[in-house]
Amino acid sequence: MTDNEHEIEQPDERVPKRVIGTPAPGTSMLGAKETVEDADVPGVMIPDEKSARKAEKIVALCFTITFLSAIAFIILYVQIQVGTPESTGQSNLALGGTLTLALLGLAVGITVWVRSIMPKYNLIQERHDLATDETTREEVADTFLQGANESGFVKRPLLRRTLLLASAPLGLLPLVLLRDLDNSKMTGANFNKLLRHTVWAETRKKPMKLIVEGTGQPIRAADFNSPGGILSVVPEGYEHDMNALAKATLILIKFRPEDLKPGTNKNWTHDGIVAYSKICTHVGCPAALYEQTTHHILCPCHQSTFDAADGAKVIFGPAARPLPQLNIGVDAEGFLIAKDDFNVPVGPSYWERGDAEQAAREGSTA
Amino acid sequence: MSELTSVPKAISGPSSFLDDRLGAGNFLKRNLRKIFPDHWTYLLGEVALYSFIILLLTGTFLTLWFKPGMEHVIYDGSYAPLKGVGMSQAYASSLEISFDVRGGLLMRQMHHWAALLFVASMMVHMLRVFFMGAYRKPRELTWLIGVILLTLALAEGLTGYSLPDDLLSGAGLRITEGVAISLPLVGTYITFFLFGGEYPGMDVISRFYSLHILLIPGILLALIGAHVVLTWVQKHTQMPGRGANNHNVVGAPFYPAFMLKAGAMFLFTFALVAGLGTFAQINPIWIFGPYNPADISAGSQPDFYMGFLEGSLRLMPAWEINLFGTAHAGTLPLSVIIPALLPMGIIMTGLALYPFLERWVTGDHRALHVSDRPRNNPHRTSIGMSAIVFYGVLWLLGANDELSANFQISLNVTTYVGRVLVLVGPVLAYIITYRICLGLQRSDAAVIGHGVESGVIKRLPHGEFIEVHTAPIDTVEDSLRAKEPVPMLPVEEDSAGIPPKGMRGPLGKLRAAMSKSYGGEKIPLDDGHGHGHDDDEHAAVGSGDDKSITRH
Repeated sequence: MTDNEHEIEQPDERVPKRVIGTPAPGTSMLGAKETVEDADVPGVMIPDEKSARKAEKIVALCFTITFLSAIAFIILYVQIQVGTPESTGQSNLALGGTLTLALLGLAVGITVWVRSIMPKYNLIQERHDLATDETTREEVADTFLQGANESGFVKRPLLRRTLLLASAPLGLLPLVLLRDLDNSKMTGANFNKLLRHTVWAETRKKPMKLIVEGTGQPIRAADFNSPGGILSVVPEGYEHDMNALAKATLILIKFRPEDLKPGTNKNWTHDGIVAYSKICTHVGCPAALYEQTTHHILCPCHQSTFDAADGAKVIFGPAARPLPQLNIGVDAEGFLIAKDDFNVPVGPSYWERGDAEQAAREGSTA
Repeated sequence: MSELTSVPKAISGPSSFLDDRLGAGNFLKRNLRKIFPDHWTYLLGEVALYSFIILLLTGTFLTLWFKPGMEHVIYDGSYAPLKGVGMSQAYASSLEISFDVRGGLLMRQMHHWAALLFVASMMVHMLRVFFMGAYRKPRELTWLIGVILLTLALAEGLTGYSLPDDLLSGAGLRITEGVAISLPLVGTYITFFLFGGEYPGMDVISRFYSLHILLIPGILLALIGAHVVLTWVQKHTQMPGRGANNHNVVGAPFYPAFMLKAGAMFLFTFALVAGLGTFAQINPIWIFGPYNPADISAGSQPDFYMGFLEGSLRLMPAWEINLFGTAHAGTLPLSVIIPALLPMGIIMTGLALYPFLERWVTGDHRALHVSDRPRNNPHRTSIGMSAIVFYGVLWLLGANDELSANFQISLNVTTYVGRVLVLVGPVLAYIITYRICLGLQRSDAAVIGHGVESGVIKRLPHGEFIEVHTAPIDTVEDSLRAKEPVPMLPVEEDSAGIPPKGMRGPLGKLRAAMSKSYGGEKIPLDDGHGHGHDDDEHAAVGSGDDKSITRH
């Protein structure tokens, strides 16, 4: 290094030149404005009286805003009635707006108060060890031993063991009490029996019509005749039964008979009309979307996609099994009816389900 | 007004009354001027606390009208489009709160917004604590309580948004049932016990109601109390610099400064929630209509904190195993079980164990009260970032239908990309974060080694322009110099070449290897690019053409 360079290591006060993109003097890295410490208490920086008086006025303004807003809230509560969507919207805007303003006024006021009127603090306090010292620990240990021996818990095994014996079943009681959470009070094997059937099973005794969801009308096969048409269908007599609908809801699709592929059981269709369970085999959302050109049924929850023309087999998404197909036909008057229950459980998989599709195939061939 | 010279009677009277009976004077003497360190990130946990208080206030208001029943009623309230429609009592009373109670809609919307803010602020607070290493001894218990709080908050959210029994919440409930029933061995039992029989039954709303307003908030309240008391007793952690060290607390006193600041923060949170409840519509249940298991609306989205579970359900390939063929047992719907349990399990277990795993690896048993800067523990920061990316990909893909619709991408492509990203993303995040951390450590070393750009340009006698570098202010230098190497286990072999106890065997060797790579000093502070300390000037301009001038 040359002597010249040594000379200019100190910043030249005469001609400071700022370069764009470099920190300005006074930014954090170079040091901020000096604050004046209170001479009496170190670490307490008291703001000067002039700026504090200015801040006091701002705080007072904020608190006044809160006062006025709260009054306005009460007046508007009395003034605006609710009922229609419009008046409810107005009420919400009026009450919420005044509440927000009231809270905000108080919040801002207090913040200005703390920042500009109260001192700034940089106080230091000692931390103390959280752990107790060794002697105290030993004393506690001694006390513990003394008490344990005085109680006779250690010396008398009969007492100890019968106490343990007594507490074990007592702890189980709360669990036993929860048994009737299941209102049917059935065992697990019966859960499976219930889950395997839907209300369509009743069609074996008395034919059940397919009813259009919403309108409540039965469907005449001859009227449902435009290929690509789709209907959401519920069982007759169960239009408002949530438990029945959660398993028995169908989607009904009309195909040109030549569009149907081998995956679909054609014996269970009527004139190109196919019925599948609407309950997705993934986690049970209604698979409600249908794309006419590709014959895809899509579940909007997790996008499992089924090919309606080919037995509703899974072509995309997390569902592992096709939507079960329902055996349908027509009654004497030409209305669509169910001819049987589903031959496999509908909806999401569960432990006791087993490979019901395989079982059904074996059953039909046997 | 003049200053107070003695305590006014109105305060000293009741105070004496209380102190005579409780002896609270000693507590107050110790705690009124308790010092609280100051940093904006310390407010995140406070926001969560205040959101919880707002939830209790608005929630209590809602219970005065809400009827948690599933009995079928015909709606006869003032919302005209649903007049005469059959629905559950729960949905009808939610409509009543929205349209027939003044301020009811506001309280409902504030309750929902506060719930979102509660979970969001907990998450961000947790990230703050993680990246600063504030979970370390002695605060592991506070951290564990926090993990439980977060889990409970998710359960509280799930039970809460199911209550109105509208079509959207019903879809969430249906998915909950589909997930619960898929669990091996116990799935059918759990669902039949939860729903009182087959889905949906008549009980689940009232059961969720008692969980949502009594059991879970009760536990939350108790645990939040414990969380805050622990923070109070152990004193808050602090940032390095400003004279802070592991044996002191630097900051502002509880009375009057911190108390008022906390009060203001509560009011700001309250105002934010009130403002959102006023101006930002949330969960307009009257548009969705009553729940019916046969119906669903496209684009159904859960609240944001459930999004990662939704995403993992969507991403999972369709795997299902029947262990015993056609027998009535042994069905494992992996496409449900894995996404429902694994991500949540990894994240929550990982969070709970991290303080203990880290201590096992570093062997650091000291009580630490000064926060790490995230860059100074690069492996921890990288692990945190890969967890964020893992969670983030799942969360984002929970809305893949919206992504697909808004950005004109094929839905299937979003899923395939998501499947890759959820595995590759965390690894990339780890590598990139690690490099960024080292880069930031280098820049710290440069500040110590070279000083700070002063913005002053000098022309040297031989024509070269340089920018003058000056030393950083004390607080900055203090906070940089507070960096210390991540502790490592002593792994030296003894004279016979035998590693110390606990470092033998496969597990011990793994521990030693992890310690070696996790711990240690990656970029020494006083080694700014290998330049000397006195080299505090950088050539700024003009040195490009003739380097020979600057090299002496």
